[in-house]
Amino acid sequence: MTDSVSEYRYIGQPRRTKEDGRFITGRGNFVQDVQLPGMKHVAMLLSPYPRANLGRIDIEAALAAPGVIDVLTGAEIAEHIAPLLQGIVAPGVRHLPLAHEMVRYVGEWVAVVVADTRYMAEDAVELIEVDYEDLPAAVDPEAALADDAPLVHPDHGTNLLLHKNYSWGPVAEDFAAADHELTYRVHWGRSSGVPIETYGVVARWDAANDILEYWASIQMPQFQEQIATALDLPMNALRIHNDVDVGGSYGTKRGIKQTIVAGYLARKLKCPIRLIEDRLEYMSGGDAHGPDRIFDITLAYADDGVVTSMKMRALDDVGAYPSRAVQQLGKPMTALCGAYRMNSMAYEAMAVATNKTAQVPVRGFGQAPTNYAVETGIDHIARKLGLDAVEVRRRNLIRAEDFPWRIPNGTEYDSGDYHTVLDMALDLADWEGLVRWRDEQREAGKIVGLGLATCLEPGGGNNIFEHMLNEKIQVTTFVESVLVKVDAQGSVTAAISTHTAGQGHQTLIATIAGEELQRDPDSIRVVHTDSIEALPNRGPVASRMAIIAGTAAAKAAQRLLTNMVRIAAHNLGVTSGDIEYNDGVFSVAGGVGAGDKQIGWDEIAFIAHRQLHRMPPDLEAGLQVFHVEAVPGGGKLPNDKGEVQIYPCYAFQAHICVVEIDCVTGLVKLLDYVIAHDVGTMINPAIVRGMIIGGIGHGVGAALYEKFDYDDTGQLLSGTLFDYLLPSSREMPAVRDVHHCTPSPLTSHGQKGSGEGGYLGATAAVANGVNDALAPLGIHLDVLPMSPAAIEAALHDKTENYSPETAS
Amino acid sequence: MSRTEVTFTVNGKERSAHVPPRMTLVDCLRDEMGLTGTHIGCEQGACGACSILLDGEPVRSCLIFAVQVEGQEITTVEGLAADDGSLSPLQEAFWDHHGLQCGYCTPGILIAATALLAHNPAPDEAQIREAIDGNLCRCTGYQQIVEAVADAATRARGQGND
Repeated sequence: MTDSVSEYRYIGQPRRTKEDGRFITGRGNFVQDVQLPGMKHVAMLLSPYPRANLGRIDIEAALAAPGVIDVLTGAEIAEHIAPLLQGIVAPGVRHLPLAHEMVRYVGEWVAVVVADTRYMAEDAVELIEVDYEDLPAAVDPEAALADDAPLVHPDHGTNLLLHKNYSWGPVAEDFAAADHELTYRVHWGRSSGVPIETYGVVARWDAANDILEYWASIQMPQFQEQIATALDLPMNALRIHNDVDVGGSYGTKRGIKQTIVAGYLARKLKCPIRLIEDRLEYMSGGDAHGPDRIFDITLAYADDGVVTSMKMRALDDVGAYPSRAVQQLGKPMTALCGAYRMNSMAYEAMAVATNKTAQVPVRGFGQAPTNYAVETGIDHIARKLGLDAVEVRRRNLIRAEDFPWRIPNGTEYDSGDYHTVLDMALDLADWEGLVRWRDEQREAGKIVGLGLATCLEPGGGNNIFEHMLNEKIQVTTFVESVLVKVDAQGSVTAAISTHTAGQGHQTLIATIAGEELQRDPDSIRVVHTDSIEALPNRGPVASRMAIIAGTAAAKAAQRLLTNMVRIAAHNLGVTSGDIEYNDGVFSVAGGVGAGDKQIGWDEIAFIAHRQLHRMPPDLEAGLQVFHVEAVPGGGKLPNDKGEVQIYPCYAFQAHICVVEIDCVTGLVKLLDYVIAHDVGTMINPAIVRGMIIGGIGHGVGAALYEKFDYDDTGQLLSGTLFDYLLPSSREMPAVRDVHHCTPSPLTSHGQKGSGEGGYLGATAAVANGVNDALAPLGIHLDVLPMSPAAIEAALHDKTENYSPETAS
Repeated sequence: MSRTEVTFTVNGKERSAHVPPRMTLVDCLRDEMGLTGTHIGCEQGACGACSILLDGEPVRSCLIFAVQVEGQEITTVEGLAADDGSLSPLQEAFWDHHGLQCGYCTPGILIAATALLAHNPAPDEAQIREAIDGNLCRCTGYQQIVEAVADAATRARGQGND
């Protein structure tokens, strides 16, 4: 650690979290733990076909089965539910919770059975008979653009759902002036968050109050808005309990169709409904799949390796519906050129529909694929020019003295010291020693490589990119709010209005409020209000809670303390400026009588609630402050050049890994992994470190193992955790990490986002490591995941006299 | 559907339930006995979230029926702390090292690590990684889990020497 002694007493200190205690004792409050009297259970009939016309659905036998209460089909849903909101305007695309008239992917819900138990519901699903007219499917996204390709949405007329072009700065001039151009293609495989808890929701219709009540495993901005619209209810008729613990999400748990169906059934059947997806329902028909993206990139660069311009085309196979996930083509614009000083750039975004499960947002919202694509190019340039990969990065990285740095699209990076952080990673890894070791190992016949990648973690979540993808969306910012209050006995309570999925929001808010109020965070209770009591909020996406909610907590606490100082001053007969506050004691600073005149925290609290005769006349009773924080630099539409500030805060990471490839099996072993990270001020170091290293695990999976794979006809091949492989404790190396702090000037304590950077850089680093290892053999892989089978096949093709017998 | 009575010991107490013969042990523990600390991740034996100790050995409770454990002894995550609520050294170490994030896989990992430490009070890193390799965690990358288990082993040995 290179931190100097912290100026804070709680922030950045090694402290236990507020959340862990309930989880290590089995007392979490997950949606599967919710039990309501009279609750009924559902199971889903999933489409076995990727594309088929739906004929007759015979539900009679299922309805007659023991314990069955109802069977829901698409025809009924189509009558009662408004189509789901899509992230872009796509005429002719009608997205309903259940398939209606046509199935568009394997796993799409065809029917939902409600029964006394989940076991009975599953039995009855088997009894439903469906007439499918099997049709050829659109599977390959590029082939899906052909004129005669099967159409996922015939009424849309094409499988191309989105096609946008952007250009910022003198792209043509920079390319004309460049010494070299390099064109390459990479393919990010269809991977995702894949939490251990599937999606679940429990719905209850409260007829006495006309409120639809939900417990759900969600991480979804504007959740209640979409549910309310679909069910034709006002938003304040939905009570979503935000205190449900979410068993992992990583961006994915959107739960829109599931929640709509559960709510619809609860109202219709007048009983609580529990919808918990099983693993196959989740992997094939749920919120499982993430970006699946082909990048075609051309870089303009000089003899010294300095990149001046980039043209990037991203073609994403979004699956059967655009959903919100399609906007993952938009967010990467906020750091399209990564941490590099490009002078201009052009971006072409294409979303193509295929007969695959629709995507959901995943950690980084498109940034991880983009970063992998850019970092691959930097290594290409190094190899082309015979330069060291480190040196090429050093020449291109934005310099510490350049901040705030404006990239060509008008977005300004807030702060950073990228060269220092890169050097810290190189030092920790002993890069020069590693290079010598690699070369020695190669002499000895080993297939070893060093992987290096940098990445930016944009944080704060200003979603102006929604407008950039679609001018009809006039959304320019999102807010986050925190309420801090002191009760009549002096206890501090803070309220937030979002779910948490392991990011430690209670710890975050308590630590910052405690810091400002000089109260022990352990004594501060942090509650998650439900959606009716909710404060204005956006939700825990886009690495924004430390940035926006954390700053909101700080400002609410500061304003609260200001009010307490005023009460103290009023009672001590001085002005607020004369009051000194220390550790719960308000005293008169300096001057005559200093030290004698003081008043304690609890007494101030009691005055504010019960002794209004002692209150300053113009101060509201009750000691509570509610602060709404908007995204710094947000709230603006792009100018006439298409320039705008997208995200506000930019964390930086440098990743280094050491890989060895088994020449027989193609298996990649990670021998070492080092990361240097600069997330500004860390609020809780253990939480930050955990998310960064966990993100590396997520990125290692995307690089080497994870893929929602389909065969040529559109059948899903990886619907279980035996086929979709998450890294286990044995695939993950021990990670060595070092922290550097460049505070953000835009947040309360200099904090930036930290939940994504491990993931955003790891896939690129591991992929670069594999390609470094394979480079002496003349092999370059440009498709993820770089699975043992893919590597073995490449070795087999390229290695002369290769066979397992001759391999040592 | 017919139900069968099954009796077994859970966290030191004898418990009985009337369950359909096909009910899995994890559903019985969670839905019939209210022990919701044990979690369900895949119901296919892949993820390990439902791990419990069956006569001291870690077992996936989604892969056996409740009626199969008649007369046997089960420990769930709720049984890891002492009766007075004081945490086990392993639980203390998990909190100190933040060996978890969302907490969903945590009960299964605590069970696997408890079994490891019962057999091997001084495991090295490779042995710890091997012992928990059947328990998937998506949040942590396992590192703070491994550190917590190693520290718990040290603490437990320290207690033993007192």
